[in-house]
Amino acid sequence: MDGGLTEEQNLLKDSVERFIERDYPFDTRRELAAGEEGFSHAVWARFAEFGWLAAPLPEAHGGLGGSPVEVAILMEAFGRGLVLEPYLSTVILGGGLLSLAGSDAQKAALLPAIAEGRLMLAFAYAEPQSRYNPSDVETRAEPRGDAYLLNGRKSVVFHAATADKLIVSARTAGEARDAAGIGLFLVDREAEGLTLRAYPTVDGLRAAELRLEDVRVDGGAAVGEAGGALPIIEQVLDRATIAVCAEAVGTMGVLLEATRAYLETRTQFGAPIGSFQVLQHRVVDMFMAYELSRALVYRAAAAAEDAADRAAAASAAKVQVGKAGRMIGQAAIQLHGGMGMTEEFAVGHHFKRLSMIGALFGDTDHHLRRFAALRRAS
Amino acid sequence: MELKLSEADAAFRHEVGAFVESKLPPEIRRKVELGLRLGKADYVTWQKILYEKGWSAPAWPKELGGTGWSPVQRYIFEEELALGATPPIIAFGLQMVGPVLIAFGSQAQKEHYLPRILASEDWWCQGYSEPGAGSDLAALKTRALRDGGNYIVNGAKTWTTYAQHADMMFCLVRTAETGKKQEGISFLLIDMKSPGVTVRPITTIDGGQEINEVFLDDVRVPAENLVGEEGKGWTIAKFLLGHERTGIAAVGRSKKQLRRVREIAARELSEGRPLIEQERFREKIAEVEVDLLALESVVLRVLSDEAAGRAPGPQASLLKIKGTEVQQAITELLFEAVGNYAHPYVAEALEAGWNEAPIGPDYAATIAPHYFNWRKASIYGGTNEIQKNIIAKMVLGF
Repeated sequence: MDGGLTEEQNLLKDSVERFIERDYPFDTRRELAAGEEGFSHAVWARFAEFGWLAAPLPEAHGGLGGSPVEVAILMEAFGRGLVLEPYLSTVILGGGLLSLAGSDAQKAALLPAIAEGRLMLAFAYAEPQSRYNPSDVETRAEPRGDAYLLNGRKSVVFHAATADKLIVSARTAGEARDAAGIGLFLVDREAEGLTLRAYPTVDGLRAAELRLEDVRVDGGAAVGEAGGALPIIEQVLDRATIAVCAEAVGTMGVLLEATRAYLETRTQFGAPIGSFQVLQHRVVDMFMAYELSRALVYRAAAAAEDAADRAAAASAAKVQVGKAGRMIGQAAIQLHGGMGMTEEFAVGHHFKRLSMIGALFGDTDHHLRRFAALRRAS
Repeated sequence: MELKLSEADAAFRHEVGAFVESKLPPEIRRKVELGLRLGKADYVTWQKILYEKGWSAPAWPKELGGTGWSPVQRYIFEEELALGATPPIIAFGLQMVGPVLIAFGSQAQKEHYLPRILASEDWWCQGYSEPGAGSDLAALKTRALRDGGNYIVNGAKTWTTYAQHADMMFCLVRTAETGKKQEGISFLLIDMKSPGVTVRPITTIDGGQEINEVFLDDVRVPAENLVGEEGKGWTIAKFLLGHERTGIAAVGRSKKQLRRVREIAARELSEGRPLIEQERFREKIAEVEVDLLALESVVLRVLSDEAAGRAPGPQASLLKIKGTEVQQAITELLFEAVGNYAHPYVAEALEAGWNEAPIGPDYAATIAPHYFNWRKASIYGGTNEIQKNIIAKMVLGF
């Protein structure tokens, strides 16, 4: 039982943790990561069966209407298993954008398909020059009668090559970094004029660079009001930020447990190395950073639906997790010595994922600046 | 704060810089600049170029092939090599087993091995760590049993850097089970082509293969390959720990890498402006730079003590700890600088000769693997925790 959770939430936590523990072992994960698509469709089908894909989607469209706390519970467990499946891209980003801004027709057609595991999405928002600013959009969407022509480049689009559809941010007006003038457009992965260059990432996921050359989408492909999408993008990126923070907490938990266990079994100088106080204190630092992160992330998840609080909550969580993640990841490697450096051992993979979450949706400095600016404005 | 050099030393710096500029093959320079993986040939080619010039072992006695330079000149030399994007010198031969043989080797060993080490004819590796003997190195179990004119060696070494390239290994082995565990250790030279030697590369989290397991099964090693007396291996290992202490700080390499941080931050954009214009990022660079200046100041004091004939204190551990902390801090800055382009991993992009267009900027591909890989620095050569134990005991007298 986790004190801060409801009975239903505890049941969800038990079931997802059990699945990760039993059905998502590290060796399977390694094989999947090395495979063609980088994840398992069979696992995805089970996520659908368990209702995890439906969890945060609206009840009116095949969802379960769960809150960001349910998402955090799932993501924390996914972090423990270093889950490769495109939950973040499809459900949290894609499903989130459609739920918030999609037309009734889009929601009716697409959200049940996500919930049932029949539709995968990817969100293309970053560009080569944009770093962590989602308004730094140079990709253009020019109206052509009832349709739009998209031109531009998108970078590091996670799970693009396996997505059925991409949601692309593009400017209908204004210049890079203007808040107004950004739209969202649904683009078929097979659309003419869209070129993907897919590649693995350093933590075993898949991503792609996108080039859009006169990609034609009809007016029905616009998600929400063309030109007014930035607030929606920010809201969904905040939710996604909190979700990956929860994933990071899961990963930190594994590193903490693995390190503690290693210090009990590894013997040097005739004693378990966990008997050395200097190493104990290092693990205590890991433990404290983990507890602080976990508490703040669940608090941020609870605040994620509150318009006034959401952005600061997401940035605060990301700063805490960014700092804690770096410290815990590095300490875990250090305390495992050479073992931690090897590809064969899970610890190094958790360290890598934690490092990359640090760079996802804005690094520590980015969110520190954002948090400070939000505080000054309030 | 710049290093104040005498006219002669300034001329020397210029001479070394010009030499590197003219002699380093451009393809090797490019690999080092971009942080691409270096092959055995890259290291050996460069070390042989230095050998031709008579510069492959500056710290050795002049009569054995050293240069006779002052400590400050040796420092300038190392810095110019680093700033010129040369491959790091592989220490095992030139800076480790070479000095050991000079100090402890038999006449026959010196005559046979030293010229070969000087000319980089053999690649050496270091057989120290074992699965059960890492920080507690003296717990090593690899046995060497005397059998007539040979030792029969059985055991396993691990984390052995570049064993896959090696012709020879200098190895700590156990020749006695009685008494203090340090006193049963001997220093043995093993030909890697001997029957019974098996090398298995270990893939690390950056995808690279630098380290290995080395299995020794009934390996026959001629008794004349024992260095010093039987049972004196620990003394030799301790000698090595303190030897050429200033190189371990890698100040020149860190200076070079800090330049790279600035170059990349000038090209990366944040809010439409170069990242280098962002105050917080500039200050983070400055913080590391001040650390590096302090580290260099200690190095220079050690060098001037050495020049004045004063035995330096046990500074090696300080230099190792702070040096690796600075190196690791720089890998973090590089990681932050490239933003989203830290994510892509194309294994081929880390090798020279990959002809496809890079994903993102050309400097980005190696950044995250380098950050991962460099976590090794606070582990190898005696973990930073062990180094602190040494300072606590040897310097502070606890």
